[in-house]
Amino acid sequence: MNALEIKDLNVWFGDGAARTDAVKHVSFDVAEGASFGLVGESGSGKSTVLRAIAGLVPTWSGEMRVMGEPLGLTRTPKFYKTVQMVFQDPYASLHPRQTVDRVLSEVLGLHGFKDIDSRIDKLLRDVGLGPGFRFRYPHQLSGGQRQRVAIARALAPEPRVLLLDEPTSALDVSVQAEILNLLADLRAEHGLTYIMVSHDLGVVGHLCGEIAVMQTGEVVEVLGVEKMRALQAEHPYTKHLLESSIGAVR
Amino acid sequence: MTATADKQSMREWLLAEEPTSRRQARAAAWYQGWLSFRSNTLAMVGLIILVFLILCAIFAPLLATNDPFAQDLAARLKPPGWEGHFFGTDSLGRDIYSRLLYGARISIYIVLLVAMVAPLLGLVIGTISGYMGGWVDVLLMRFTDIFLAFPRLILALAFVAALGAGIENAVLAISLTAWPPYARIARAETLTIRNSDYIHAIKLQGAGTARIITRHIWPLCISSLVIRVTLDMAGIILTAAGLGFLGLGAQPPSPEWGAMISEGRKYILDYWWVATIPGLAIFAISLAFNLLGDGLRDVLDPKEGGQ
Amino acid sequence: MTDASTNLLDIENLWVRFPTRNGIFDAVRGISFSLGRERLGIVGESGSGKSMTGRAILRLIRKPGFITADRMEMDGEDILNVPETRMRKLRGHKASMIMQDPKFSLNPVMTVGQQITEALRTHEKVSKAEARKRGLAMLDRVAIREPERVFDLYPHEVSGGMGQRIMIAMMLIPGPEILIADEPTSALDVSVQLQVLEIMDELVRERGMGLIFISHDLNLVSKFCDRIVIMYAGRIVEVCEAGKLHEATHPYTRGLLNSVPDLEHPRDRLEVLQRDPAWREAPSVSALL
Repeated sequence: MNALEIKDLNVWFGDGAARTDAVKHVSFDVAEGASFGLVGESGSGKSTVLRAIAGLVPTWSGEMRVMGEPLGLTRTPKFYKTVQMVFQDPYASLHPRQTVDRVLSEVLGLHGFKDIDSRIDKLLRDVGLGPGFRFRYPHQLSGGQRQRVAIARALAPEPRVLLLDEPTSALDVSVQAEILNLLADLRAEHGLTYIMVSHDLGVVGHLCGEIAVMQTGEVVEVLGVEKMRALQAEHPYTKHLLESSIGAVR
Repeated sequence: MTATADKQSMREWLLAEEPTSRRQARAAAWYQGWLSFRSNTLAMVGLIILVFLILCAIFAPLLATNDPFAQDLAARLKPPGWEGHFFGTDSLGRDIYSRLLYGARISIYIVLLVAMVAPLLGLVIGTISGYMGGWVDVLLMRFTDIFLAFPRLILALAFVAALGAGIENAVLAISLTAWPPYARIARAETLTIRNSDYIHAIKLQGAGTARIITRHIWPLCISSLVIRVTLDMAGIILTAAGLGFLGLGAQPPSPEWGAMISEGRKYILDYWWVATIPGLAIFAISLAFNLLGDGLRDVLDPKEGGQ
Repeated sequence: MTDASTNLLDIENLWVRFPTRNGIFDAVRGISFSLGRERLGIVGESGSGKSMTGRAILRLIRKPGFITADRMEMDGEDILNVPETRMRKLRGHKASMIMQDPKFSLNPVMTVGQQITEALRTHEKVSKAEARKRGLAMLDRVAIREPERVFDLYPHEVSGGMGQRIMIAMMLIPGPEILIADEPTSALDVSVQLQVLEIMDELVRERGMGLIFISHDLNLVSKFCDRIVIMYAGRIVEVCEAGKLHEATHPYTRGLLNSVPDLEHPRDRLEVLQRDPAWREAPSVSALL
């Protein structure tokens, strides 16, 4: 079964003359358990696709299905139990006045779990944080630790699909490695489906099996990671992207 | 010995890197705030003045040397220091020092009432307006604009005229004129907060609008409102005094500071202390609130804090 | 006049310290380095003190932070104890700095042209027409295709990559000898990153300037620098030739190199840096020439 099916998705902002089309006729499928990457430069609409799936952008047309069920204009509680999201900037995605405990217990409460204490302990252990972090405020945590908390929050409702919006771009490379390893472990452990947005081909190539390349709101090419690693892209834009990111390394 | 040891371990408990309970985490957050507040000398001066004034108000019956209402026409308009009257007497021979102490009760009463009503009203209207957007926003903000368009004292006067003179009505009138700026601040804060990722994240967990506003947006708006309220307190006290001065606030026998100045006005050239001493009291409390507000801004402002 | 034998910068035992409630925080802890007419890379993670080092060179540390050093010389001139007025002259004239995001470093209410000519005219007495001519030439040098048009644009009307090239033009027009680039391309897209860096590199070499390139990206730095200084917790843990980066021995440097996911050489698990507390305490390595 496909965890996610997107058909002819269009997303726009503004109306009339001020209308800008951020995403144009985007279609792709993601099989359950797969890890799908969306790559592009700033303004390519890659994050907007993710936000449209999450229900954070109301102005879209087309067809979106999660686990076979079509998505409407509003999201149901069931959707929130199936799909969760991890945001780019761990410094902006945690409420500055709430402790880790407060964040996780509220989320668990919202999903109707009863054994909140033991679940918080397990979630923190799952993301590699000890119980010592439970009562800390975000400003007492490093960037990597914050992102782990954000991942724990996303895992709280035991979702099947995780939307990852540049989850490591605000982190140092050594911390990025830790988070990427954690994400890989969690996927193996919980059988999660990932849809990951990134501008970094190395990161996407490391975590994803299939990659869609976006430019100015359109998907220009979808290719398997093997092809990408072998630098066998069809579309000139993909080739250009590959060259620039390899060029920066060599 | 044990007392210092206890103090030491208390401090350690409060500054622990790894709090072990909700209570400890919260206490530690407050303690950190207190530490940074304490390092601000001027704010501490403000706090000390305020605590002093509050103590004066509470213990007014013990500290007062005379009955604040007792008239003694034989001893009217006596200068400060005359026969045990620290600050002299007013036109009806009442002891100004004692009246000042009882007047502190009225001022603090006004401050507390206004501080409860106006910011709360502003917070509710501002956050709903900011978070909902669309026509709700337009409607609520135009409503706010109408209130903002009136000069504050004139609007308060109109309310008092409609409701009748008296201290409670004065408070109500001040509150009703004071809330629009708070609504503006709360709305502006909400507009920046509502698009942040932590609000998106909680929305994605299925949280409803009411929960997001009260549990996630309010805690962040409240600090800037508290700052603003403390800074505005001086103005509120002055407005209350102004109403008293115009005879529309506290009514004559009551020792409200503004009313006292109003009474002293007639004699200001010959008997300066009758108006000056309550004036100094108003000055002291206004200054104290301003200093406190500045200090609170350093502690509470989320933009500065968290570093 | 500048003598080819003196270094552009000589800094010995530099500390940058910030008093906090819990005592003094040392952002930079006693580092020594010099800059010749070369391209020097300073690499480290966030919090390693690399940006503070860059700012300290121009004495741009904000209060209550302060700098102490045994010696700080720019082109043979002591810059540790000179008055602020002299320092202001040196900034721009002798040494300039490019920051991370052009969005925040360009003045939003002045046109690109005004900002470039102002940068020139504060350091040199030139006529308006002359300044404009040189500004246009400079824009052309940073590969801006229609300099006449861009000259009259406001910063919000240009893209990030172009903004950063404009910054380079602005910083280089007074003809400084030292350029400090603090993460000059991390706010830019990958495909423009290289272009901007290549332009910067070309200009720096052409003019025989000294470049300090501060970045978290070891690979990028090794591509554009001659010598690399690796910082950890406010100290220098290793200094190496850019070409010999892959022979670096310090476990921190090795860890940084290995934790980057490599498209062409995939691994199942990325190597995770095991931080040794001893790195923090080890004495700073000298990067003096």
